[in-house]
Amino acid sequence: MTTIMRRLFLALAVAFLPALPAAAGPAVERVISAKGIEAWLVQDHINPIISMEFAFRGGSALDPADRAGLANMVSGLLDEGAGELDSYAFQKRLEDLSIDLSFSSGQDSFHGSLKTLTEHRDSAFSMMRIALTQPRFDDEPVQRIRSQILSGLAADLQNPSVVANRAWFALQFPNHPYGRPVKGTPESVKAITAADLRAFPAGAFGRDRLVVSVVGDITAEQLKPLLDQTFGDLPEKVGPPAVAFTAPKANGRVQVIERNNPQSVVVFGHEGIAREDAEWFPAYVMNYILGGGGFSSRLFTEVREKRGLAYSVHSGLSPFDYAPLIIGGVATANGRVAESLALIREEWRRMAEQGPTAPEMDDAKTYLTGSFPLQFDSVGAIAGILLAMQMDHLGIDYLEKRNALIEAVDADDVRDVAKRLLHPDRLAAVVVGQPDGLATH
Amino acid sequence: MRLRPMRSACAVLALCLTTAAGSAQAAIFNAETFVLENGMEVVVIPNHRSPVVSHQVWYRVGSADEPPGKTGIAHLLEHLMFKGTDKVPAGAYSRLVARNGGRDNAFTAFDYTGYYVNVAKDRLELAMTLEADRMVNLRLAEKDVLTERDVVLEERRSRTDNNPSALLNEQVRAALYLNHPYHNPVIGWASEVGSLSRADAEAFYHRWYAPNNAILVVAGDITAAELKPLAEKHYGAIPARTLPERVRNAEPPQVAARRVELRDARVRQPSWSRSYHAPSYNRDPDGLAYALQVLSEVVGGGATSQIYRSLVVDKELASSAGAWYDPTAIDTSTFGVYVSPRPGVEIAEVERAMEAEVAAILEKGVAPEEIERAKRRLQASAVYARDSLYTGANVLGTGVTTGQSVADIEAWPERIAAVTAGQVAQAARKVLDEKASVTGVLLPDGDKEGRS
Repeated sequence: MTTIMRRLFLALAVAFLPALPAAAGPAVERVISAKGIEAWLVQDHINPIISMEFAFRGGSALDPADRAGLANMVSGLLDEGAGELDSYAFQKRLEDLSIDLSFSSGQDSFHGSLKTLTEHRDSAFSMMRIALTQPRFDDEPVQRIRSQILSGLAADLQNPSVVANRAWFALQFPNHPYGRPVKGTPESVKAITAADLRAFPAGAFGRDRLVVSVVGDITAEQLKPLLDQTFGDLPEKVGPPAVAFTAPKANGRVQVIERNNPQSVVVFGHEGIAREDAEWFPAYVMNYILGGGGFSSRLFTEVREKRGLAYSVHSGLSPFDYAPLIIGGVATANGRVAESLALIREEWRRMAEQGPTAPEMDDAKTYLTGSFPLQFDSVGAIAGILLAMQMDHLGIDYLEKRNALIEAVDADDVRDVAKRLLHPDRLAAVVVGQPDGLATH
Repeated sequence: MRLRPMRSACAVLALCLTTAAGSAQAAIFNAETFVLENGMEVVVIPNHRSPVVSHQVWYRVGSADEPPGKTGIAHLLEHLMFKGTDKVPAGAYSRLVARNGGRDNAFTAFDYTGYYVNVAKDRLELAMTLEADRMVNLRLAEKDVLTERDVVLEERRSRTDNNPSALLNEQVRAALYLNHPYHNPVIGWASEVGSLSRADAEAFYHRWYAPNNAILVVAGDITAAELKPLAEKHYGAIPARTLPERVRNAEPPQVAARRVELRDARVRQPSWSRSYHAPSYNRDPDGLAYALQVLSEVVGGGATSQIYRSLVVDKELASSAGAWYDPTAIDTSTFGVYVSPRPGVEIAEVERAMEAEVAAILEKGVAPEEIERAKRRLQASAVYARDSLYTGANVLGTGVTTGQSVADIEAWPERIAAVTAGQVAQAARKVLDEKASVTGVLLPDGDKEGRS
């Protein structure tokens, strides 16, 4: 280190003290409608825009095995005709009022999303109401959306990342819905009938499973009647989603899927940590240091920065409701897969055995606390955060508490959780490509 | 549910502009501008929702400015800008930013190269210190250049070589531009990237990186009055340099329709597209760019568009179909139509159907009420564009580096509003000329029928 360099670092250290837990995010209100529907609201009157994000607990993991992809197909059809409006009339009305209305399904939940200009607020919520309560599932859109899903499944086979990811879940969960793709398979999608589609909402869209967040140019008093109009006709109770808790099964296995690609795409991982686990925040800090931290993580440094083995390498906590996971990925030339995987296993081992260094702890905490406000950049992004807070049972004051929870994590906590969580011998990997010299088992 | 075509990563920023720029009334972003004494331009986009800023420096140089035989050098240099100065050693840049709660990255396109840090407002000066430092003080070590070159080759494999549809797009572009450097992929041809050197990177850096070739864009919780003294302090002291003229080979007249077919064993979902040379905002002698945006929205913008209704809904031939147009480019831009057949439908059949649609557009034009609907939708999109501070920074940065003024960008809604049915028809006739087009077809290997 030259003198000049040290001076700069010193100067920066003085000028830019570690980030304090930044000012908490926006103020969150709990709004409860006359019919008892709860929503979390952030008023934001900067622009004449309102965003609503909501979800029903329970998602594609509830699809019957021979109808895998059912929830996903429903999500593609709710905006293809409802009430008096056929597909064309429904889409035309959305376009003419510049309303964004869409649905999607994940393994654990079914999401709805609405964005509107204030001037079309009532129409937007009304469109959402009929989509949820009076979807038509007319024959033309059913066949069209089915063909789109089948084309999408075919295109997915051209994407080695998707192939690797699906194969990894199939390997880990051979006898559990998590082993089946959210979008289903060509066979299961072809098997879905109009009756399956029509029966879906009554079993899934219950107010007991509903979580709602709203952000933007709207007050609590304006929102309350809209909540009742939109969700008030849904059944009060459909019962909790029935999915079995499980754990990944592919202890340490390595599977290769041959593809004529110049680069192998690898998905690796094993059992993780639940969001409600007392050691969640130590694990979150640990993963940032290991492989979650953009351009600063250990995996990035060892695999990319020092050796140029890959453009992208990362790890992340994936706390599925019924099987928490830690999953990572790397893409590297076929001849360098074995070396990359060996390095990743070594970093897994080093973190499990030695934990983090003191500077790594300091950097992780200042990053994770200081960068938090960067996410609050649009009404939709804030609504998404409020929704996740509710889905994860974090409490309405979470935005205020969150940085203090990270500040409270110390190196011992991270060392302990790393030892508990990380097991290089259990890392299961799927490699899509033509890797050289890789032992598969 | 609407399916969108796959787009290359480089097109993403441009997409932001085509779908999100504009406003219903008055200015969209209320951006303010000033120029430092050394010629560095500054654009400020106030957005006070959170105490954060996006600090971005955009250089007026991109892959279309590379010397012959050195494709990929603009992008490799972008990676190497993180490899150190005397004060900030290789790898330290991003660590310093992250340690201060910031996120950084960079991007390269045909016409520009940009570097950004998103960070709490009270750390803005850190971003400025670091960015000003590497504008003039880059010091590259041979070993770091070679390692990063390997990273870029892996990036190319991820983005392009592993992806048959990206490989086809690359071939289509090479066929569409016969002589202009838009012919070459931004990331470069692998054979040339593999032999780029430290000297190549340094030569490109010293040629183009200077304050008078840069635009500072800051969006977020700040005003021009607050930013000006900081910009003067950090960037104003860097001397201007004489810049080379930006000379690019001219594109000759296009006289022959071209067809590019990629047959690849990895293909499971065939697709078809036709790309036409089209004006950009910056090269628009007949004033048709805004009309082309309206045309693109009417014929191929969504679920009620003419092409989608005909090919996907009525004829039941396609699973997706539409049009695209991106007017942000210094030189000629591209207008395109695309279609993916439903399972069991031959490529030849969707091709015939699409050609019939294009012929109908030329013959009958588009309905005036559809034009008015499209104009209203485009104008409303401008209100949404104000929401995220990152959108504003991207739209302004892209626009200004491709030849628009801030006033042009702010006036987008009025210009869309002023488009007439006659201009839309004129734009269609001007652009939908098969002789100035390339047809791209993605097929499974060995499948002579093109059946999916």
